[in-house]
Amino acid sequence: MCGIVGLFLKNPSLRSKLGAHLETMLIGMTERGPDSAGIAVYHSPVADDRCKLTLFNPDTAYPWRNLAVDLGKALNAKTEATQKGNHALLVAQADEEKVLPWIRSEHPDVRIMGYGQLMEVYKDMGLPAEVAARYGLKNMEGSHAIGHTRMATESAVTTEGSHPFTPAADMCLVHNGSLSNHNNLRKWLRKNGQEFETDNDSEVAARYFAYRLSEGATLKEAMEAGLKDLDGFFTFTMGTKDGFAVVRDGIACKPAVMAENDDWVAMASEFRSLAYLPNVEKAKIWEPAPSTVYTWSLQ
Amino acid sequence: MNVIDLTKTPLREVNQRLQSLSADSNERLWKLTNLHGEHACAVGLTQPIEVHVDGHIGYYCAGMNQEATVVVHGQCGMGVAENMMSGEVRVKGNASSAAGATGQGGLLVIEGDAGTRCGISMKGIDIVVGGSVGAMSGFMAQSGSLVVCGDAGSSLGDSIYEARLYVQGKVESLGSDCVEKQMTPHHLAKLERLLKKAGIDADPKKFKRYGSARKLYNFHVDNASSY
Repeated sequence: MCGIVGLFLKNPSLRSKLGAHLETMLIGMTERGPDSAGIAVYHSPVADDRCKLTLFNPDTAYPWRNLAVDLGKALNAKTEATQKGNHALLVAQADEEKVLPWIRSEHPDVRIMGYGQLMEVYKDMGLPAEVAARYGLKNMEGSHAIGHTRMATESAVTTEGSHPFTPAADMCLVHNGSLSNHNNLRKWLRKNGQEFETDNDSEVAARYFAYRLSEGATLKEAMEAGLKDLDGFFTFTMGTKDGFAVVRDGIACKPAVMAENDDWVAMASEFRSLAYLPNVEKAKIWEPAPSTVYTWSLQ
Repeated sequence: MNVIDLTKTPLREVNQRLQSLSADSNERLWKLTNLHGEHACAVGLTQPIEVHVDGHIGYYCAGMNQEATVVVHGQCGMGVAENMMSGEVRVKGNASSAAGATGQGGLLVIEGDAGTRCGISMKGIDIVVGGSVGAMSGFMAQSGSLVVCGDAGSSLGDSIYEARLYVQGKVESLGSDCVEKQMTPHHLAKLERLLKKAGIDADPKKFKRYGSARKLYNFHVDNASSY
């Protein structure tokens, strides 16, 4: 069992409160996922010539500063690393296409949790409230954010299998459910140039959508293609640089509830996570229909 | 009226208090506030009391209800009035999936829309939906009536037994063994009574009736009276 939440702000004046609202949403999903939690927050964009990466190593004494200095020398670029728990935020004045291979080859013990110009990703063990506090979620401003809480039933509590999955720049996916055709899809995606980090079915879905988007599909088109190609149970919530999407399979047995007003749109596995959003009493609240794609974009 | 603030009293205590009321109790009218989407609110009530749930609520609200009247002034999560035996549950907003699932009696009124699988495996409950219902509604419905004033999603009444389905709007598709049936004066009168009881203003003559073709299960006419 897992809990998923997503919040997309339409009214820019609410952006300073993004993290605070996501924190209450995440805590609302504690009973669905007390083992670990993951968040992806779209905030603090870096300049066009820079990229930012969220990195992970279980050792809280990991020499992130040295990594940043070495990267700076190797690419002849300005770099800066800030440690947060067992994660670090790395900003580099360089193209991510150069930074990613350097980290993979020079620091194979470091896991790249996410990258882009906006998105930061933190996944860690513990109650959602503890994870949120450890990474200062409450103080994060931004436009949209997605979260996941996990109750491990069949595999170890590790960050590898934790959501959100981040298959491309500024893109993340959370999944509640299970896919039945992920092996075939993984083979097909590998043939089409996608590389995998885990044997997790949700990663297949994430890379599937990343592949469709890279082919030029709009967010809506990519999700609609997924309804045809992905077999299994799913409630997905996906974030891109400027978009937010929710889709459920044709049977729709994995729970989801949505709420929307003029200021924001939010989704969660249960209403408990929406109960403290501003003016939720008067928001439109509904259960997203099966096989129906819902998308929103920043204006 | 007894008002209980759920930020001060835990739901478990509230439910126990409502469940343990005696038949001759004078505490007939209750209001529950600050619910924040709690699950299993006002479940297992057995006395003819009236409970107002003041806000949006989570899963299985008013489940297993007997005799009581529960009014939700907001939206409901999945399984509202699940396995209701008698009494009345009214949702002022929308309800999520599996509303009235396996209900055996009483009346469930959803003034807004209901999600997927509304009235799944219903066994005698009457459900009146002011808006539309989602896909697979009336799935394996055995007995009782499901009235939909709006539209019905795909596979309405799939594998239905002897429940009666009335839909005013469009039906996206009928499920296996579900067919349109003639609206007889008897059914019209029953539908009119249901709409009136539910307090929903709609013209029964505009509805169509659907039910089982009786080809999928072993129907025997001698047992008709027991449905």
